Amino acid sequence: MKTKNQLAIAPYIFTIGFFLLWEIACRVLSISSFILPTPSTIMLAVWEYRSQLAFHAMHTLWMTLAGFGLAVALGLLLGMLLGSSRLINAGSYPLLVGFNSIPKVAVVPILVFWFGVGWVPPVLTAFLISFFPIVVNVATGIATVEPEMEDVLRALGASKRDIVFKVGVPRAMPYFFGSLKVAITLAYVGSVIGEQNASNVGIGNLLTRASAAFEVPLVWAALVVLAVLGVVMYAMTAYVENAMTGWAQRSQMAA
Amino acid sequence: MPVFVDIHNVTHVYARAEDGVPAVQNLTIRINEGEFAAIVGPSGCGKSTLMKLATGLQFPREGAVIVDGKEVSAPVKLAGMAFQNPTMLPWRTTLDNILLPLEIVEPHRSRLRRHKAEYVAKAESLLEQVGLKGQGHKFPWQLSGGMQQRASLCRALIHEPKLLMLDEPFGALDSFTREELWCVMRDLHAAQKVTIILVTHDLREAAFLADRIFCMSARPGRIVAEREVTFPRPRDLEITYSPEFSELVHELRGHIAQARKAA
Ligand SMILES: Nc1ncnc2c1ncn2[C@@H]1O[C@H](COP(=O)(O)OP(=O)(O)OP(=O)(O)O)[C@@H](O)[C@H]1O
Ligand SMILES: [Mg+2]
Repeated sequence: MKTKNQLAIAPYIFTIGFFLLWEIACRVLSISSFILPTPSTIMLAVWEYRSQLAFHAMHTLWMTLAGFGLAVALGLLLGMLLGSSRLINAGSYPLLVGFNSIPKVAVVPILVFWFGVGWVPPVLTAFLISFFPIVVNVATGIATVEPEMEDVLRALGASKRDIVFKVGVPRAMPYFFGSLKVAITLAYVGSVIGEQNASNVGIGNLLTRASAAFEVPLVWAALVVLAVLGVVMYAMTAYVENAMTGWAQRSQMAA
Repeated sequence: MPVFVDIHNVTHVYARAEDGVPAVQNLTIRINEGEFAAIVGPSGCGKSTLMKLATGLQFPREGAVIVDGKEVSAPVKLAGMAFQNPTMLPWRTTLDNILLPLEIVEPHRSRLRRHKAEYVAKAESLLEQVGLKGQGHKFPWQLSGGMQQRASLCRALIHEPKLLMLDEPFGALDSFTREELWCVMRDLHAAQKVTIILVTHDLREAAFLADRIFCMSARPGRIVAEREVTFPRPRDLEITYSPEFSELVHELRGHIAQARKAA
């Protein structure tokens, strides 16, 4: 019981401790707030710029969720296609891998040529960067259906489609939901990159402008907002994962 | 009795076999309708391959496979299968796992939604027959290995298949559970008149259950001996302690030993 309580409060202790150490270190070593502001300075800045930050954060949240939503829909579809056909899988894999290995920052200028500055480049950057893990995970889940299960169903006259939908897709769900945690984080990176380079609003854009104007506290305040937003989105995805794939978490290890 | 499964002079090479050696060669076997056939042989001799050929999951390079009067050119659509590994789907309850074949096989597929209650009742009576009464709502991973194996037998039988393929279904079970399931199998066969092909490593199992036992040679597999089992039915577990039974098992053992030596 004692260790359980300790486990429950440990995250709070560690987090508060981290910021306390930071505060003390800054004050004791009298580090210039231009290099590293204290947490209290940053919190004051967050409060001071709250309406600006909230407006831009909402925008970033929208960009991320839109890109992520696109990635989920298309990732599921493509993953199902790749998982159910060895031919398509083998044929398209090099293309996919090659495409995925392009750093997405490099694609933003092209998106700007095509769509101009605005909300499209951040959404598409978020989508492009986050759909790959979803595709790979869904495809793996479907392609690794136990051969015996497949035999049982085929001997009943099941079509490829039956097998994919009755066994492959449900079986791929833990992989799919697992990949969502990775994907949401990536989508977030993508939308911020997109905003930094090709948007007039959003936290990414705010960061670019604040750093150009050497408004150090605002830069740090924006970072804090980014961190909080990221944690919230991650936690929501993790919650959805737990709720949807309870059956896959039956091992003692997961408990 | 008419021949139900007729495998005639079949040679099969797996497309992904590295050495190109056939898994079975000049394999000929005839199994009658309603018969309980057992197939024994050394490991890797092609027993599972024979099952796949008979159900149309693999097609022979040479020879013909005829099931129910038709040459097999696609998966047969009427077989129930159970393997050593119960392969239950963990996201479905045991009952829903058992109902799975009905979501695939016609005419049940189109009737299932409207006549659900009727099918559930049938699944529950099967569960009762294998000794799992009232356990249908549990998930497979909440059942023991032996219980899962019983459930997988129910799944193989729910659509009243004309052909039941059992590939070492009791291989992973302890000997008490195994003998109990022998009796379950014996009673199911007596009740349903289904043609059963049982692959097993356990010679006592083959001798107790089967009407006819086929011994296969080492790879490439073919039938080297065929033995009628004449013990009257219904058989009691007691017969496994009779001298005739021991003699039969001993004889089978001799065939397998020879097949292994020849390899
Ligand atoms: N999918 C496959 N691809 C290539 N070779 C295979 C494949 N499946 C089986 N084989 C080969 O065919 C031979 C016969 O295999 P099979 O599974 O039929 O043996 P078995 O008699 O069922 O053995 P066991 O008693 O151990 O289950 C083996 O030598 C095996 O290596
Ligand atoms: Mg086998």
